[in-house]
Amino acid sequence: MFHRESGYYKTTYAADMALYPLPVARWAVAVIIALLFIAPFVLHEYYVSILNLILVATVGALGLNILVGYTGQISIGHAAFMSVGAYTAANLAVRLGLPFWLTLPAGGLMAAAVGALVGIPSLRIKGLYLAIATLAGQLIIEWTINHVPWISGGVQASIEVPRPTLFGTELKTQRQLYGFLLFFAVLAVIGTLNLVRSRIGRAFIAIRDQDIAAEIIGINIFRYKLLSFAISAFYAGITGVLYTYYLGIANYEQFTIVTSIDYLAMIIIGGLGSILGSILGAIFVTLLPICIRLGMESWGGVLFAGLDINNIIPNLRLIGFGGLIILFLVLEPEGLNRLWRNIRSYFRVWPFSY
Amino acid sequence: MFDWGFTLVLVTNGLLIGLMYSLIALGFVLVYKATDAINFAQGEFVMLAGFLVAGLIVLAGAPFWVGAIAAIAGMVAFGFGLERVVLRPLIGRPIIAVIMATIGLAAVLRGVGPLIFGAETRALSLPISDEPIVLGPISLPPVQLVGAALSLAFLAGFGWFFLKSRMGVAMRAVADNQQVAMAMGIHVERYFAIAWGLAGIVSALGGIAWGALLGVDVFLALVGLKVFPVVILGGLDSVLGAIVGGLIVGVVENLAAGYLDPLVGGGTKDFAPYVLMIVMLMIRPYGIFGKARIERV
Repeated sequence: MFHRESGYYKTTYAADMALYPLPVARWAVAVIIALLFIAPFVLHEYYVSILNLILVATVGALGLNILVGYTGQISIGHAAFMSVGAYTAANLAVRLGLPFWLTLPAGGLMAAAVGALVGIPSLRIKGLYLAIATLAGQLIIEWTINHVPWISGGVQASIEVPRPTLFGTELKTQRQLYGFLLFFAVLAVIGTLNLVRSRIGRAFIAIRDQDIAAEIIGINIFRYKLLSFAISAFYAGITGVLYTYYLGIANYEQFTIVTSIDYLAMIIIGGLGSILGSILGAIFVTLLPICIRLGMESWGGVLFAGLDINNIIPNLRLIGFGGLIILFLVLEPEGLNRLWRNIRSYFRVWPFSY
Repeated sequence: MFDWGFTLVLVTNGLLIGLMYSLIALGFVLVYKATDAINFAQGEFVMLAGFLVAGLIVLAGAPFWVGAIAAIAGMVAFGFGLERVVLRPLIGRPIIAVIMATIGLAAVLRGVGPLIFGAETRALSLPISDEPIVLGPISLPPVQLVGAALSLAFLAGFGWFFLKSRMGVAMRAVADNQQVAMAMGIHVERYFAIAWGLAGIVSALGGIAWGALLGVDVFLALVGLKVFPVVILGGLDSVLGAIVGGLIVGVVENLAAGYLDPLVGGGTKDFAPYVLMIVMLMIRPYGIFGKARIERV
């Protein structure tokens, strides 16, 4: 519509392999980055805190999408990996007083190790069996954290974590945390963008599309499936650590099976095997309960007269998530990412039909 | 010190509870056997049935038998409707789509139930005496006996159904190979619907039995989490396996609760079956009685 996609001739390999080959795409990315930079200075603190939640969720959704969307494995236990990361970082930060730039990778690596361990059954089994095995992983990790005071810090299984400090300043307010979280979210996006077009990423996609064929063309399925679990769990661990720093407390209740399903909802609503989809899904799923709450606070009294609104909201949230998962699976299996592509390709040649 | 009396009590209770698990697992196995679909919402089916019965009996004041029959009819209708609206469009799609759809369904049911029927726990009493039957050191609650009897009856019923009846044989054909079944003139989609309807019946009975045991509220759905160890142990496509798996899980979790709980401070009841399941997945993923049809890559 406003731009032409023809007439750009690539003369170097570097130009051909660029993440954003078209100038318009580079401009769009630049504008988005600029907006992300301005956001904390113009928005109210409350909205910044919502943005922070979205940033944290983006990292987790990207990780889960690497496993489910790109490698075609399934995990119903991702929240457990997040809790592994969260408790590792919390313990290191409290007991040894380590700064965030050490606890963060430590949490991620610990989650990756546990993820690879849970992923071992994926070498023998797949589909349904793998789903059940990861569900078992979730329940066992949850139980372990809850019942081993050495990990969970005893009282109510929660550990208070000191705020991250950067160059001597403690990141306390939402605006300060925003920059901290944005950095890691952008890092995760760029990392994933590069991962999926590398040798490893292509191996993942080959395994997803036809595992036997992938084995025949020389992909070591054993290694790549475990690697996928490990990378995905690494992202999950980082998400757990970031969320812990965001809340200031590590608590297993934030990482129950409900959270696992939230993240699965993100990537299905957003679009399996798509990075933009992960981001859109993270935005959508984070905003949904907030919108439901706002909606119920204004009209709840009319719709559900006589009932306590605070009891209804969690139920509506469950219905919303479940309903949307089913709706997207049945009607638009490729999620918001596909919807966005459809809109874009419609406007690309607008006002002509093709 | 090893107390034989105590162990005997634990094992008998475990066996009875295990048979009640089998009842729920049967619904799961039926659907998997006929349609290759995995129902992660089996626990929520049971919860929904419990809500229906409790709603009819406690809220609407219907007599027990009316409530029970209406709940069975309601669950059959629900099974049919679900197959038509959600699962039929997913035929031929990757297995992960069906798994996710039933997970979504589970969330929806968990949200809808308390919204319609209220959040408080409702007691559901069967028209039998509450007086436990005492045999030496063991006392057997009648609710569990009824549940166990129900699942044994259904085992026999489904055994006959799959081996002898025309419908059951057709269903096995569908499960074995959908395309060949279609070529032999079997209306595959109809049998999918029938399988979900049967799962509805089993869930309704499970809902009545478990609702009478635990009381009806949202936590009734947690029973569904026990279905996975049961079916993995017994074999996903085996009716007999559901029974045997249920017995094993019931006994193991009761023994764990009796002997391990004092050592680690509780909660092993939910934990032990899953450990057993992981071990099973590693050694023999298709279960004790399941068909060895696992694809290895």
